[in-house]
Amino acid sequence: MLTTLKILHHQGKQYIPDLRNAKVPGIFRGRPEISDEPVDEKALIDLCPVGAIMMQPVRIDLGKCAFCGECSRLFPGKIKFTTDYKLSVNQRESLIVQEGSVNQLTVNPDLVRSEIRKLFKGSLKLRQVSAAGDNSTELELNACGNVNFDMGRYGIEFVASPRHADGIVITGPISKNMAEPLQITYDATPSPKIIILAGTDAISGGIFNGSPALDRKFIETNHIDLFVPGNPVHPLTFINGLIDLLGIR
Amino acid sequence: MNNLIINNHQSVPVSSIPETNYELFLEMNTSLVADHPERHCVLYFGFRNADTIRLICCIADDNNHNILVSSSAVKDGAVLDSFTSRHFSFEKFERELHENFGIEYSNHPWLKPVRYSYNRNKKTGNIADYPFYGIESEELHEVGVGPVHAGIIEPGHFRFICNGEQILHLEIQLGYQHRGVEQLFLDRKKLLQRTILAESIAGDSVIGHTTAFAYLFESLSDSYPGNETLYSRTIAQEIERIAIHTGDLSALAGDVAYQLGNSVFGRLRTPVINYFQEWCGNRLSKGLIRPGYNPYPFNKALAERLISVLDAFEPDFVEMNKEMSSLPSTLSRFERTGMLKKEQLLAVGTVGMSARMNDLVRDIRISHPYGLYPQLNHDPVIKHHGDVYSRVQIRKEEVLQSISYIRSLLNDIPESEPANDKHLTLKPDSFAISLTEGWRGEICHAAITDKNGDLLIYKVKDPSFHNWLALALAVRNNEISDFPVCNKSFDLSYCGHDL
Repeated sequence: MLTTLKILHHQGKQYIPDLRNAKVPGIFRGRPEISDEPVDEKALIDLCPVGAIMMQPVRIDLGKCAFCGECSRLFPGKIKFTTDYKLSVNQRESLIVQEGSVNQLTVNPDLVRSEIRKLFKGSLKLRQVSAAGDNSTELELNACGNVNFDMGRYGIEFVASPRHADGIVITGPISKNMAEPLQITYDATPSPKIIILAGTDAISGGIFNGSPALDRKFIETNHIDLFVPGNPVHPLTFINGLIDLLGIR
Repeated sequence: MNNLIINNHQSVPVSSIPETNYELFLEMNTSLVADHPERHCVLYFGFRNADTIRLICCIADDNNHNILVSSSAVKDGAVLDSFTSRHFSFEKFERELHENFGIEYSNHPWLKPVRYSYNRNKKTGNIADYPFYGIESEELHEVGVGPVHAGIIEPGHFRFICNGEQILHLEIQLGYQHRGVEQLFLDRKKLLQRTILAESIAGDSVIGHTTAFAYLFESLSDSYPGNETLYSRTIAQEIERIAIHTGDLSALAGDVAYQLGNSVFGRLRTPVINYFQEWCGNRLSKGLIRPGYNPYPFNKALAERLISVLDAFEPDFVEMNKEMSSLPSTLSRFERTGMLKKEQLLAVGTVGMSARMNDLVRDIRISHPYGLYPQLNHDPVIKHHGDVYSRVQIRKEEVLQSISYIRSLLNDIPESEPANDKHLTLKPDSFAISLTEGWRGEICHAAITDKNGDLLIYKVKDPSFHNWLALALAVRNNEISDFPVCNKSFDLSYCGHDL
């Protein structure tokens, strides 16, 4: 008992007090800013391993971006990744960052279904489905619930059964072999329910996009409530995305 | 000689690999490993070559620090005498050959599908209809778990046959995570695409897999990075080991309902992975490893930060472990749970920390050293009971060992070198193999190039490929309620297995 108390004392307070304004350490690759500096746009596009960069004007699709940072390493005057981790949006096209834009990415409150905020603002239970995810975003979603990030303070937590859940969080590019279990899990979740895509692989297939081993019909045929980019998703990106979706102040 | 002796991270002309008839090939490779615990098969694979299937077998020799490579060509649709009937450790390699190429075996015990890959030989049947092994009895019942599990974890199906609460048999069916990784290595032509693919094989072993890939490509293009890059890779591998082992200790505490251990180990991992972010911009170190060079050279400022992270980490980690190892409530769940004997480990071909838990020394850092491991005089942590507690203790001791290795490396930071990120040109008609020791164990990547120097074959083998069967055997005669803690104590990769 005494040792337990000693450990608790040594640990002190570990939680991040303000998840809305916490600073991430180091050189995190968050929201990119693209300058109007003229560059060889074709070389820039060829460089991108996942086809996330488009030209005229130069744009980066964060739903496809692997966040490898190669474009900013070789074109440092053109592309800069800021440490802004608030990347979650509820419209797929909002993930495309334009040349010259320094605007933050945001959840558009007008497009949030009314029942989401009415029913889930005080309590949101989620069922996670890893559909060929590489276990990196899965690790980060687990981290959302640890004592540092403590997502539970907002009444948001992951639950074991889809029957107890208000929605599902999909990670991974969705393999053929997981397409059916994903559908079954979704069907087992009572309505109204939300769908969240966590990570580049889930949003676009990422580096696996176009692989014949995938089956992405589920994404194409269902309404997605929140897109959370990242490779993997940072816990602060995920938690802030949910706070914005639910309209928590 | 009927086999070619090569070193880890060495490339050779494909034509230098001796080809023998199948009988000799079988006899030679199985006798190399039978009664020789210092040798095991690191990779046995095939590829189609006109109307034959060329088989290549790679046996690692730990005492002589080399790899014995041999080959044979068999006719499409051949029915073969199995390696497995001579030494069980080949069973999954032969199942993969059967699944991918339709090779039949006259005496393989169970040609169960490995992963229902999209490009398998026979596309009938799908993973949802897999017929699990059953036992007819009124005394027994079955419990099916998965593919979607009760946590934030990857998918796989576990089918238990239980006698009351006791597990009689566990069958594990994987393949849900199959993304076609090996084929994508061939289809994606840019080096950066392939590097990101290597980073995505298993996101908890980014350093392990990406360094295996990088060493392989460097060897295939004869373009070797300088000492600073090797130095950074070695430090990164040990940081990854510290981070994931600590996270696993947190999860193990959680699985035995020890909340304090769960919270403390969980939060102790945070500064370690945050350090990766400070170094390379990504908490799981994606972006840090690139073939041929180091995009984020190590420096004095990084070294000072790392020392302060480890200085803060170590006393808390030691204190928490001491407490967890002194509580009857945790020990009664860890000790004598999920036990495996050394003979079983040898039969299965277990690698990495899952082998070292019971006197089986399998550690690439000492058997086939690379990077800066030769100068660290690595001494593998070995345990002797093969139970959950052995796997807990290995994690604790390996974390402390990694910290001491990092501290000694930090005494002497090499000068950074100019980034040589030129496109690597692969040599034509070559074969190369690359082994690294990730936190789970031995990671193996191998490749063959064609006459134009493009990839013809890319093979990936995660340690989990060997170790899943060890888990299935370890839980026999345990209570089903102990399955979660057994599973976590191995912490095997689903995506690394399914590819």
